[in-house]
Amino acid sequence: MATLTANPVTSAPRLSAVAKPGIWLPALSLWQREIVRFYRQKARVAGVIASPLIFWLVLGSGFAHSFQSSGSGAGSGHYLGYFFPGSIAMIVLFTAIFSMMSLIQDRNEGFLLSVLAAPVSRSAIVLGKVLGGATLAAIQGIVFLVFAPLVGVHLTFATVLLSSLVVVLISFELTALGFAIAWPMDSTQAFHAIVNIILLPLWMLSGALFPASGASGWLRFFMRLNPLSYGVDALRNTLFPAVATDFALTTNLAITAAFCALTFAASWAIVNRRTNKPAA
Amino acid sequence: MATLSQIPPSPPAQPARRTAFAPIVLDGLTHNYGERLALDHLGFEVRAGEIFGLLGPNGSGKTTLFRILSTLMTPTGGRASIQGFDVAREPNKVRQQIGIVFQARSVDLKLTVQENLKHQGNLYGLSGKRLNTRIDEVLGRVGLLDRKADFVETLSGGMQRRVELAKGLIHSPSVLLLDEPSTGLDPGARRDLWQYLETLRDEENVAILVTTHLMEEAEHCDRLAILNEGKLVALGSPFELKSQIGGDVVLFETQTPEAAQTLSIRLAQRFAVEAAVLGNSVRLEHNQGHRFVATVVEAFPGIVEAVSVAKPSLEDVFIRRTGHRFWTEVPAEAAASPGKKSRERKAHS
Repeated sequence: MATLTANPVTSAPRLSAVAKPGIWLPALSLWQREIVRFYRQKARVAGVIASPLIFWLVLGSGFAHSFQSSGSGAGSGHYLGYFFPGSIAMIVLFTAIFSMMSLIQDRNEGFLLSVLAAPVSRSAIVLGKVLGGATLAAIQGIVFLVFAPLVGVHLTFATVLLSSLVVVLISFELTALGFAIAWPMDSTQAFHAIVNIILLPLWMLSGALFPASGASGWLRFFMRLNPLSYGVDALRNTLFPAVATDFALTTNLAITAAFCALTFAASWAIVNRRTNKPAA
Repeated sequence: MATLSQIPPSPPAQPARRTAFAPIVLDGLTHNYGERLALDHLGFEVRAGEIFGLLGPNGSGKTTLFRILSTLMTPTGGRASIQGFDVAREPNKVRQQIGIVFQARSVDLKLTVQENLKHQGNLYGLSGKRLNTRIDEVLGRVGLLDRKADFVETLSGGMQRRVELAKGLIHSPSVLLLDEPSTGLDPGARRDLWQYLETLRDEENVAILVTTHLMEEAEHCDRLAILNEGKLVALGSPFELKSQIGGDVVLFETQTPEAAQTLSIRLAQRFAVEAAVLGNSVRLEHNQGHRFVATVVEAFPGIVEAVSVAKPSLEDVFIRRTGHRFWTEVPAEAAASPGKKSRERKAHS
C-alpha cells in the first residue's frame, strides 16, 4: 500500500482510454475459455468420446441384424456403414448441445453478466462462444473418422480433408442453433425439453437413421426441409463417393454453409436485442 | 472525510480534469416493470473522487438502477449518462468507462486467478505485456499476488470477492460500480474492501458508486442517496443528513400498539411534540432528549416500558423521510395498500 501511495497512478493515462477491443481478441478469449474448461473436466472428455462409440456399435449392430438394409446408402451394404455418417452427426449434435448448456450455466453463475457488461461487440460474444463449442464438436467428429476404415471407407488425404470440412460446417450450424435456443433460457431443464422436441427429431429426420428415399411422403417432405439432412448427405458424399446420394456434394455444402450463416445471424440478432427487461 | 462532504454541490465547477460533467448523471430516470414503478424520476450526480452510497431497503430500486447503469437494461424513461455517454444509446462507450463488481459471483471457478483476469482484460481490449503488468498491479492492490496461479475454486469466499474487485479494476475504469460488495464478507475483509475503495478514490480519482442496505456501510460513504420505493428520499453526506434531525432521537417502548397510539396523542396534547408511532414504540426528535424523557416518564406513569435516547442515525433519517422503518413491517404496509403490494410480489417472482 505504502509504495502505491508514493507512486500515484493518476499520471498515467487510464487503460480504459487507450485500449480498443476489436472483435477478434474477445472472441478468441471466449473461445479459449471453452476449450480450457473442456479439457479440465476429464469426465466430459471421456464421456463425449465413449458414448457415441457405444451408441454407434450397439444401435448400428442391433439394427443391422433386425432389418436387412436395402443397401441404399451404405458402402458395404451393412447398416453400420449406412449409420456411420449419422453417428458423426450425432456426436457433433451431442457436443453442441453440451457446450451450449454451458451458456445457461454461465448465465446462472453470473459469468455471462460480466461479459455482457464489457465493451465487446455482441457478435464477438456469439462468435467466441459458438466457435468454442463448434471446435469441440468438430474435433470429436473428426476423431471419429478413424473408425471409417472399419465400414470399408478408404481414407485418402482428400477424403479426410473434405469430410473434416463437412464436420466443421455441421458443428458450426448445430452449435449456433443451440446458442440461439439456449440464449433466452435460464434453466438447463427447459433446454433439455427443447432438445428433445427440436434437436433430436432434427437428427432423426436427417437421413442419419434411415434414407429419405424409403420414407413416406410427408416424412420425406420434412427430411427435405431439414437443413441437417444436407450435412449428413454431404458426409455420405465424401465418405462413400461411389454410392449414389440424394444431392450432389456442392449442393449439400452450399445449403449447409447457408444454414451456418443463418443460424449465426439468428444468434447475433437475439444477443443484440436490448430491452428494458433484466438481461440476466 | 468531513472536509470532503463540506464541498458545496456545484458539479459544473468541479475540477474538470477529464470532462466537463460529473462522471455519473441521472436526469429524471424512470423505470417500470409493467405496472410497477421501480424508479421514479431519479435525479442526482456522482462526482469524481467520491464514494457515493445508494442506500435503500430491499425492493427500493437499487438493483434496477444498478442494472441500468451497468448497461444490462435500458430505462423506460429519463436519462442516465456516464462520462457524458448515454447508457441507453451508447452502451459500448459507457462499458469502456465502467468497472463493475456484481453482487453475485462472476469469476470462472474452473480457471485460475490469472486466467480470469487475462480473460477479463481481453474483453476490454488489453493483451500482451501491458495486460500482464496490469494483472500484477491489481493483484498487488487487492493482496492476491501470491495466489495468482491458484484455481479460483480453491480460494475462500473473501478472496473470491477480491478477485471480483480485481476483475472490475483490470482496465482502470474511471467509474466503479459495486452492487452490495460486502455480501458474505467477514468484518475484517469488509474493512479491507473499504480501504481499497478509499485508496482508489484518493489516488486515482475514481467515482465509486456502492449500493448497500447496511447502515453502517453507508456511514463510510462520502455522499449518500437514500431510496425508498423507487424515489429519492434523501441526498447528502451522512453527516449532513443526520444533522438535519434536531438534537436527539427519543424512543418510548410501550406494551401494545394501542398504548403507543395513546401515548403519541397525549404527548401531542401535553408537550406539543410530533411523535411517530412505529408498532409498539413511539419515536420523536427533541433538542434535549434526556430531560424530556424524565418529564414524560413522570407525566405518564405506567405506560412507558423502556426508553432510549440516541444521536440520530441514518435509520432515523430514513424514518423521518419515509414515515416507516428501514426494514418495513410488511403487515402494516400491506394493510395500507393491499393492491399495490400484491402487484409488487408478482413483478418480483
